[in-house]
Amino acid sequence: MSRENSLVTAQWVEDNLDTDGVVLIEVDEDTTAYDKGHIRGAIKLDWTTDLQDQVRRDFVNKEQFEALLSERGVSNDDTVVLYGGNNNWFAAYAYWYFKLYGHQDVKLLDGGRKKWELDSRELTAEVPTREKTSYTATEQDHSIRAFRDEAVAAIGVKNLVDVRSPDEYAGRLLAPAHLPQEQAQRAGHVPTSINVPWSKAANDDGTFKSDEELRQIYADAGLDDTKETIALCRIGERSSHTWFVLKELLGHENVKNYDGSWTEYGSLVGVPVALGDEPGEA
Amino acid sequence: MCGATEGGLSLDGVNVAKEAVIQGQVLRGGAAGGEPVPNAYVRLLDRSGEFTAEVPTSATGHFRFFAGDGEWTLRTLAPKAQPVDTRVVAATGSVAEVQVLVTA
Repeated sequence: MSRENSLVTAQWVEDNLDTDGVVLIEVDEDTTAYDKGHIRGAIKLDWTTDLQDQVRRDFVNKEQFEALLSERGVSNDDTVVLYGGNNNWFAAYAYWYFKLYGHQDVKLLDGGRKKWELDSRELTAEVPTREKTSYTATEQDHSIRAFRDEAVAAIGVKNLVDVRSPDEYAGRLLAPAHLPQEQAQRAGHVPTSINVPWSKAANDDGTFKSDEELRQIYADAGLDDTKETIALCRIGERSSHTWFVLKELLGHENVKNYDGSWTEYGSLVGVPVALGDEPGEA
Repeated sequence: MCGATEGGLSLDGVNVAKEAVIQGQVLRGGAAGGEPVPNAYVRLLDRSGEFTAEVPTSATGHFRFFAGDGEWTLRTLAPKAQPVDTRVVAATGSVAEVQVLVTA
């Protein structure tokens, strides 16, 4: 993959608002953001109800994903352009999710909703209607999804990249600071994981930094690009942002997103946990 | 929107005793001064300048963070305005109220 294949600019989106086969999808942490205003023609996916199983902690299955996209009018050969708030955290998560289920042509709007708003581009409350389709997903591609046992086995072996803020990594905060801090799990990080906050990869306006800057950031942080990499955060959405950078922009081969992330790992009985600013020992 | 509540956002449902709250309102300065800015982005930077969180402002220009004890910086971005940095100290059990003025 490369920047050209996986990112589009706000101007490109504005120029292609009426292009057949281009489907804009907004995915936000604040699931009401779309309802207050969105890019013309964009449909909404709600990460809590559309993309998560409503009983177990897991994603919707292949059949549910197929039914969802069919009902929303997305075809297998559409170019899906994802965007959202929070510097595209949840849009990057949806991007990874679309890849997980084998959608070929999916892109992120560089800078997401914030860049669009800061450019003073138009938003509308009008909800588009799309013809239903018959969408076919593939089985989940587990070459890009890590589970808890892989995270534990990766300690001291693979690159573990914890992309939470330094205070969350060190155990001083349990959640991003726009959320209440009272949580069930223990604070800290997976021993030997390096802390490269996702935000290092983004400019203030939410756009991604240049490939050259990105390569330098991960090199300086000690990421060994001869090793496989697992990215994690708190619930797997910020780590999707970094997964996108490493896999799609920089072209690293073996990069997985651990969507269980700290809310799972920090609740496991008996696993090692490191506190403080240093990675800690295996 | 001149009727915004004095003293900031309601803290109903927030356990202030356990949280180090930073909250406030973004206003546009200059000739038209004092208008709340509903589509600004406020980011919370830690003492090393690293990003910790970001929120868009509400319809009344308000924002809120649940930080930790210590010194923080709020960086405010708004359309057609210069970014503004504001230093703030947070402490568990208290609410740090901040007013941010942006200008073109």
